[in-house]
Amino acid sequence: MVIYREIYKVKRGDFATAGEASAKIKSTLKKMGIGPAIIREVAISSYELELNLVIHSMGGELILEIENGKMSLISKDIGPGIADKALVMQEGYSTAPESVRAMGFGAGMGLPNVKRHSHNFSLESEVGKGTVITADYYL
Amino acid sequence: MKISDVVEVLGCSVICGEQFLDLEVDNAFGSDMMSDVLAYVKPTTLVLTGMVNSHVIRTAEMLEIRCILFVRGKVVTEDLIEHAKQNDLVLLSTPMTLYEACGKLYSKGMPPCSKE
Repeated sequence: MVIYREIYKVKRGDFATAGEASAKIKSTLKKMGIGPAIIREVAISSYELELNLVIHSMGGELILEIENGKMSLISKDIGPGIADKALVMQEGYSTAPESVRAMGFGAGMGLPNVKRHSHNFSLESEVGKGTVITADYYL
Repeated sequence: MKISDVVEVLGCSVICGEQFLDLEVDNAFGSDMMSDVLAYVKPTTLVLTGMVNSHVIRTAEMLEIRCILFVRGKVVTEDLIEHAKQNDLVLLSTPMTLYEACGKLYSKGMPPCSKE
């Protein structure tokens, strides 16, 4: 049963505010007294997922959920969906445009990095519908 | 190596965070890609970059790193300095290229940062 939830709307292309949701999530976890090592892992995943929503999605939400003994980061978007789910987990594969690379992102490290920095990782996606990515942390 | 040693080896200027120069940085990573910084860097890593934008500071905030060295004489804007101060970050600057700054630190024994 979820005992705590925070939902942040993330807009496509909104680089100016990208990272603010992750900073707030980090601050929430600090106030809750969660261990610093796990906070760092969550913050890295959260920032990667938030940037992905800004860069690749048509808009979506970044959600923090806490239940007994478990914390989850969930990225939900309204499209465009991922055609090849294995390919996006390959380090170095990126569909980010040049404008995004010019800002220092789109090296094709995001999702593998989220997986590496989480205890359990899942990716569900349907082209034309959207993507749901979940990173779980056991407390 | 202390941050103050980095300042001495490279002769770089301190933009902000003078009060934290005694902190240790025990490895270094040089990249303009924050995506790669996010995938490699540890809290005790010195990050060298020629990229200057708000996401460099945000990346440091998320990774809890303490020191960023801007290479190629890039000018850091006031809003970035303010954000860095809020996060107790040390910002350094050098006119050297990334290659030269990394080479000098490496020759003084600063090890690279590994992903694992």
